[in-house]
Amino acid sequence: MLTALLVMAGLALVIGVTLGWASIRFKVEGDPIVDQIDAILPQTQCGQCGYPGCRPYATAIANGEADINQCPPGGEEGIRQLSDLLGREFKPLDETHGVEKPKSVAVIDEQICIGCTLCIQACPVDAIVGAAKQMHTVVDPLCTGCELCVAPCPVSCISMEPVPETIETWKWRYPVFRIEPDPLEKTS
Amino acid sequence: MIERLFRFRGGVQPATHKDDSVVAPIAQAPLPKRLYVPLRPNTRAKARLIVEPGQKVLKGECIGEADGVLGTACHAPTSGTVVEIVRHAMPHPSDLPVACVVIEPDGEDRWIERQPFHCVCASSRQVVLDYLRDSGIVGLGGAAFPSHIKIGTQREVDTLILNGAECEPWITSDDRLMREQADEIMRGASLLAELTGAKRILIGIEDNKAEAIAAMREAATKVHPVSQVVAVPTLYPAGGEKQLIRVLTGIEIPHGKLGAEFGIRCFNVGTARAVHRAIDLGEPLISRVVTLTGNVEQPGNFEVLIGTPIEDLLPLVKPKAGTDKYLHGGPMMGFALPDLSAPVVKGTNCIIAGSPDLFPPPKPELPCIRCGACSQACPVDLQPLELYWFARAKNFGKAQEYHLFDCIECGCCAYVCPSHIPLVDYYRFAKSEIWAREREHNEADQARERFEFRNYRIEREKSEKAAKLAARAAETKAKLAAKAAAEGADADKAAEPDPKKALIEAAMKRAQEQKEKSAPKNTENLPDSVKSEIAEIDKRRKPLEAFDEPDNGASAGEENK
Repeated sequence: MLTALLVMAGLALVIGVTLGWASIRFKVEGDPIVDQIDAILPQTQCGQCGYPGCRPYATAIANGEADINQCPPGGEEGIRQLSDLLGREFKPLDETHGVEKPKSVAVIDEQICIGCTLCIQACPVDAIVGAAKQMHTVVDPLCTGCELCVAPCPVSCISMEPVPETIETWKWRYPVFRIEPDPLEKTS
Repeated sequence: MIERLFRFRGGVQPATHKDDSVVAPIAQAPLPKRLYVPLRPNTRAKARLIVEPGQKVLKGECIGEADGVLGTACHAPTSGTVVEIVRHAMPHPSDLPVACVVIEPDGEDRWIERQPFHCVCASSRQVVLDYLRDSGIVGLGGAAFPSHIKIGTQREVDTLILNGAECEPWITSDDRLMREQADEIMRGASLLAELTGAKRILIGIEDNKAEAIAAMREAATKVHPVSQVVAVPTLYPAGGEKQLIRVLTGIEIPHGKLGAEFGIRCFNVGTARAVHRAIDLGEPLISRVVTLTGNVEQPGNFEVLIGTPIEDLLPLVKPKAGTDKYLHGGPMMGFALPDLSAPVVKGTNCIIAGSPDLFPPPKPELPCIRCGACSQACPVDLQPLELYWFARAKNFGKAQEYHLFDCIECGCCAYVCPSHIPLVDYYRFAKSEIWAREREHNEADQARERFEFRNYRIEREKSEKAAKLAARAAETKAKLAAKAAAEGADADKAAEPDPKKALIEAAMKRAQEQKEKSAPKNTENLPDSVKSEIAEIDKRRKPLEAFDEPDNGASAGEENK
């Protein structure tokens, strides 16, 4: 009886110590789930979700403060991936945060630009170049299409233009065939 | 000698239809009214424009420099004038326009000064590769992959394979080329062997091309005795790179690997000829052999300048009535041309006029019955039906797990499918969708990095500014304290100035000094007459100011400034 108790107590002690050591030795820095959510978010940093950037929104989702359907640039596809990752029910996009739009980039009308630098300060990814009283321009490949530069412009010279499809970005369409009567049969 | 041939799994044997055009010798296609030379040989490689509208160019003159990793140069196919640079369709299922140089030929066809590239062996490898890049040499089998990159990978090369299989139905351009230009092909092959360091050359030709085999054998013994011309069984797709390697050497290239990793390089016969012409004759790649066949009266093979609009070629073969579409490439892997004004590009090997009799419209797609016929036909050991389910359900991760990217889009699976499912269309859809996601993912990563760096920079600037201000405040404080200590001996303690007040005073004094400094001083070097004029005006202004002052001092003050 006593041996059994001692053995069990000894085992518990050994396992407890091992677990305790392992929890210190293999401690995971940061929150991996936030990283995973952040990897799904489109990184436009537009703030339409109500948080100042994609990472804060990811943190809020991980903490259960925000819902998964607040990201318009991520769209339905993004919500689906988030629901898969987090095991939550899929929900349609919350329209109060905005609607899904085709990918666009900001374009500065250089004839109107007065060089006030307000858009440069607003751009979350430093995609606008220019200096005070110098013409500004958007570096297209870096622009995420967040629209944050549109509102601050005092002369409304920034517009959002959808990115045109090029031969490099063109995608094969999903094969869909119209169902119609066989033309050979019709003639016979 | 090769003792035995191997065979690859799967494959199909569609009707070849090669007899129509194979009898026609290669003829020179006439000069079109205008040439549209695209600045890219395929969708990925690019060239940078170096000519401008109105410029006269000679045949073979470079009009676009290689740009980027996969870039190759492009050249004027004939002498003439660059009329304009436009966005024009190129043969591509998307029908999207690409930048093209429009050249109006002057009819003289005058060559630029051609200089053979001497001593391949003496020059360093990179110099030769750069020369090939600047000669615009790309694979002429259809994909137009830059040859200098294919040669360039620094690995031990044992075997060079020349691909003369030409397994797709209807196409006869390589067949005719081998019959007529076997010597040039073999010279190119020996150059390629020298460049890659290959010890042996194998030339694989399907056994339904007896004359081509004979011609190549003759040339091979003459030019490069170590080379061997091998007749391979006629089975589609014997001309696929991995399939031909398997048949000739028995090496099975695993999933996700390239022939290059097993000491084998594979080039099309047309590419070998282009390499020979570039190095031995100094001619860049400006034309290629194109088969025009299908529902036409006089099918034939033509040496066509790159940039010739396809619609200008069609009268040469007289399409018959009932032609409803034109295929670019073969019927198995090609696509229907959306726009006939598109030019011939370096990857154009065949144009087929299609009629409902030759190519009946696709039958309605029926549900997959999992019969497994596609798996038996697949030459790369994939499970097409599984891939189909995953692509259809947009389950791309799973499709990649089943090696979607090993699919060579040969069309064997769709050819044998009893349910008429356009399987290849699903794979192409899935592949391009995956590429698009990859691009988006990379863009998102870049945006995240830039966003984080911006936040870091703003924080850094803030702390730097705060540190600077704090340092300055401390400095002034110390100065004042020292001053106070010096004066403190005789001054009363109560009269000691408040350090804050002193700071403000100092700041105001500085501001005043700066203001004076920045005040306009353009009245100093004026001639006396102007000075006296100003003085007169000032005199007149004084009473007015005195009048203004009582009711609005502020505005008068501003005017004074």
